[in-house]
This record gives sequence, structure tokens and C-alpha cells, in this order.
Amino acid sequence: MAETTTAPRRPARRLGDRARENIAGWLFVAPVVVILTVFFLVPILMALWVSLTDWNGQGSPFRAQVPFVGVDNYTKLFTQDDLSRLNFMTSLRNNFYYVLIVVPAQTILALGLALIVNRRMLKGKIFFRTAFFFPSVTSSVAISVLFLFIFSNSGAVNKLLAIVGVGGPPWFSDARGVLHLLLGSVGLVDPEAPPEALTGGGPFGLSWWDWLSGPSVAMCTIIILVVWTTSGTFMLMFLAALQDIPVTLEEASMLDGANSRQRLRHVTLPMLKPTLFLVLTLGLIATWQVFDQVYVMSQGKPAKTTLTPAFLSYQTAFKELDYGTGAAISFVLFVLIVVLAAFQRWVMRDRDAKDGGTAKRRAPRQRRT
Amino acid sequence: MPAAKTRVVPARPEGRGGIGSLLSSFGGYAVLVFFSLVFLYPFVIQVANSFKTEPDAAANPLSPIPDPVTLAGFERVFVDTGMPLWLGNSLLVTVVITVGRVFLDSLAGYALARLRFRGRKALFTAIVAIIAVPGVVLFIPKFLVLNQLGIYDSYTALILPIIADAAGVFIMKQFFESIPVSVEEAARIDGAGRFRIFWSVVLPMGRPAVITLTIISFQSSWNEFPHTLVAVQDPSLFTLPRGLADLVSGSLGTGSQYPLKLGAAVLATIPVAIIFVIFQRYFIRGANEGADKG
Repeated sequence: MAETTTAPRRPARRLGDRARENIAGWLFVAPVVVILTVFFLVPILMALWVSLTDWNGQGSPFRAQVPFVGVDNYTKLFTQDDLSRLNFMTSLRNNFYYVLIVVPAQTILALGLALIVNRRMLKGKIFFRTAFFFPSVTSSVAISVLFLFIFSNSGAVNKLLAIVGVGGPPWFSDARGVLHLLLGSVGLVDPEAPPEALTGGGPFGLSWWDWLSGPSVAMCTIIILVVWTTSGTFMLMFLAALQDIPVTLEEASMLDGANSRQRLRHVTLPMLKPTLFLVLTLGLIATWQVFDQVYVMSQGKPAKTTLTPAFLSYQTAFKELDYGTGAAISFVLFVLIVVLAAFQRWVMRDRDAKDGGTAKRRAPRQRRT
Repeated sequence: MPAAKTRVVPARPEGRGGIGSLLSSFGGYAVLVFFSLVFLYPFVIQVANSFKTEPDAAANPLSPIPDPVTLAGFERVFVDTGMPLWLGNSLLVTVVITVGRVFLDSLAGYALARLRFRGRKALFTAIVAIIAVPGVVLFIPKFLVLNQLGIYDSYTALILPIIADAAGVFIMKQFFESIPVSVEEAARIDGAGRFRIFWSVVLPMGRPAVITLTIISFQSSWNEFPHTLVAVQDPSLFTLPRGLADLVSGSLGTGSQYPLKLGAAVLATIPVAIIFVIFQRYFIRGANEGADKG
């Protein structure tokens, strides 16, 4: 929200009031400014420098001995036919499928739950709302440990599947792509012997067959976990928007003879559009940052199918001590996310201007995921 | 409804009800009950299995009743792992960060809302921009700075970088702007200084926002994981999430050991669960207003 309220204009009661207010203001914000500068701004600039070097983590990255390599770390990720590019492209593919499923799934689930919980006659609203929101506030690490258990070979999920006669896969060691399995099950291709036309080559050193794998079975566990934890927060955002819809509007449409489906289609959903857009873009921004769950549950395994750019950047820097490449990966990710965030800002601002700034926007606190 | 959104709902127009709506409300409940199970049963499994023996947990992971009930998992958590230490570290770090955030964020939020100092608008824009900086791209940068400052692997490294947060400043600024200016006038006429006015007039009036910020700060610093990953590597400085992650991927992680791991996960969840049940409306307020940025 832009500066809507301005501080009062008081007549200066004595000389120097203005200066005193300046000093007081800066003293008040000083601790926050210092911390944010030292731990956000300076680090980003330092990492930008490191991404242009081959620093190995020893000593200061600013010593003369540290080799300066220019944009090599970046070009390596996109053009050179080696392991760095293969890993990076694999991580992009994995994250892409993850985004493709998580964002729509969490949005639809959140909207559905909000519509049901919002029903006026519903008893126990608070209980249901609390139940759906609870996973969102708990520790991502603890939840990941829980899901490791639930999806283990003899875990709860496979026990449930066994009841209906399905043999569950060993979730965390199954690297097969879901799309491959799907195509295989309808007899289009044989996942064991993919057509040569697809395995022969493809963009960025990854074959078309690999690009078209879909998320791996192992990645699906992370997808399920994240949809499960985030839907509650987004449900609250939809709920708040639903409660802002004027009752009179609904009543008018009822008098006009609209049935509940028509009301949803022509009254409720159009009113939810800003929130829907917000949920979608916040989801897009958050899903490109998936890290905790990968760290705890899979570390990128099996066969690199749960490797994501965020985890790859961490691993490259801190495990392989290739800080230059690690920093370069995080900057590529940074640019991607900033573009998404800027896009969201831009669309919201545009719509605000049209609505005369009355549209309400709500967003969850950004959780470090 | 505890959220601030209570509103008088007019009675429905006559003529509704009947079989159709009965069926649809029954269907609605069925869906809700199903989803409640989906969202809550995993936690039941977590608690139940932490009280089971290892063979029982492996054989009956779905059962909500441990047979036999054993505290062995929890005993091992406290004896064989760094749990006592992790709990202590988590508590210390969480309390200091929460107190720090509430104080520093309120101070800055108040100045941005009320004091007309030069550069205020630019500063506010910068703070909003910082909210948008994705945390995961800060791993290497943060490590670099902590290293350069010589505070890597210390409590300072765990606490200082996240003791102030841009989102909190934003929440407090929005709130302070909603308090009428007139309440400060009396204090000003009495000759109170700026800090005095902030501390004894405005901050007490900001109670709802302060509580919201306290709770979401507690929750987020108790759960904080990636920051601890780049700030420390000495096991004696691990917080609970870090210790838990280590437990799962480390030497103890090789076997199944699920009662032990789930017990540790339960201990990580309990404090937030308690706070959530008591203060859930503040969480909801935080979720809906926190990053209302732009």
C-alpha cells in the first residue's frame, strides 16, 4: 500500500523541530537499516563478485590470488557441454515440473476449501479452518521427517494402497518420470526402450526424452507434501476475499434467479480474481525456491530427479566448494524470481489504478521455504 | 469467528432449504471431514508412532494406538542425540530473535509511519524491495558476510542477521498509521520526547500488532532452517530443525529408527502447535496482512 496516510503537518513550535525529527527518525530506523544493509545488501554485492571468480572458499574472496573468470560461471551453466550444465538443466527441468503441478494444485485445493468453509450454515467453521491451516505453521523440517515415514516402503501410504490392492512404489528411490510411466501404461512408448528420435539429442545437453520425463515418483512425494502444507495459507487468503464480497451482491443475484453454480461462476469467481492472481504469482515465486524439503528428504536423489536450482546452488558451493558456480546459479534463480515478483507487482499496480486503489490485496508473510 | 472479520449476516431469503440443500450440506460435510483427516491424520501418525516400538511402527504405521506404548524413542532422543542442546539453543535463539524483532521492527515501523525524516520514502521502498528478496539466493551471500565479519559459527551468526526483518517493519508501519495522531498530542504537549512517546503511548496502543508480530516471529524463528545451515556448522550450535535434519541425513538416519526421529519431530512441533491453538487468530491475521506489500 502506498503512502496513503501522511503524518500530520504541525506548525513548528520551535526552531530546529525539523532537524530534531530528522535525527529521531534516523535513530529509530538505524538498527534495522544497519542489519538489512549488512546482511542483505552487502552480501548480494559480495556474491555477485564471487560469481565472477573461481573462489574455493579459502581465505577472503577479495585476495589477488583468487582467479577472476568473468562471466564464465554463467556461460558454463548454459553453453558448455559438461556436468555443470547437465546438473543445472536437470534441476531446472525438475523444478519446472514441480511448479507446473504444485501451483495449480494448491490453488484449486485452497479455493475449494475456502468455498466450502465459507458456507454460512456450516457448523464448526473454526475447527475446519484451523485444521487446514495447521500444517502451514509447523516446521518444514519436522514435516519432511514425517513424510519420510509416511511414504517409506512399508509406510502409511503404501499400507493404504495395499488395502485397495495396489502395490505402492519405493517412493524415495523411484527415479522414473511420471509422464514416462503414463505414456508407457497407454502403450505409446516403452519406458525401458525409449524411441531413438527422443534420446538422440535435445536442447542444453538434455535429451528430449529427459526433458519430457515429468516429475519423478520421488519428486511426487515432495509435491504432495508442499501442496498439503501451503493450501491452508492460501485458503485463508481466499476466505478473506470471500468475506469481502458484499452480501447485497449475492442477494441481488439470488433475486435474479441465479442458482448456486451460476452465482459461483458469475459473481463469486470474478470477485476473487485479484486474490486468484495473487495466489498464483505468490505460488510461482515460492515454488522456484523449494529447498528445505529437498535437503531433508532426498538431497537431490534418486538419479538427480529431485535436484532443484536452490539445492544445487547450496550443494555446489558448500559441498563441492565451487563457490563461483554456486553463486552464479543463485543469481540466475534470483533474476528468475525477481522477474516473477516484478510481473506480479506490475499487474497488481495496473489493476489498482483502474479500481481507483480500492482493491484489497492480501498476502501471506513470505515463508522461507 | 475469532478473526477480526465478524459481520452481521442477514437471514437468508425465504424459500431455501429442502432436500437439495440438505444433500449439498451433507456432501459439504463429507468433503470437509475427508480433508480434515488428510490434514490432521499425519500428525496423529506422528505422535502415535513416536510412542511405538520399532517393529510396531514398521508393521502398523497407520494405527493411531501404540502397542505396546513405550517411551524408548523419546529416551533415545534425549540420551543418544543432541536434543537437550538443540532445545536449549532453539529456545535461546528464538527468544532473542523474537524480542529483537518486535522492538526493532516497531521502532522502525513507528518512524516510517509517523516521523517525517528525510529519505523516509526511499527507505520504505527499499524495505518493501527487501521483502521480495528470495531467501534461498542468500545462502552464499550470507555465508560470505558472516565469514568476513569473523562471526561464522557463533550464536551471533544465528541471531544477528535475522533479528530485524523487513516484513515485520512493514506490518508495524501499517498498524501505526492506523492509530490516530491525536493520542500523541497530549504527550507531546507534556514535553515527552520522541522515544518516550513511542515507548509509553504508541507501543502500548499497538498491542494487537505487537502480539501478531511476536507470534509470527516466534513461529518463524523456531522453524528457521536454511539460515542455520549457512550460519553454523558446529553441532553444539545446532537448533532443533538443524539437529533434526542432521539426525535424518546423518549416521542415525541410515536405519529406519522412526520412533526416535518422529519423537524429535514431535518435540519440534509441540511449541508451535501450542502457540497456534491459543493464538490462532493472530496467525490468521498475520497470514492475511503480513506481506500486504506493494
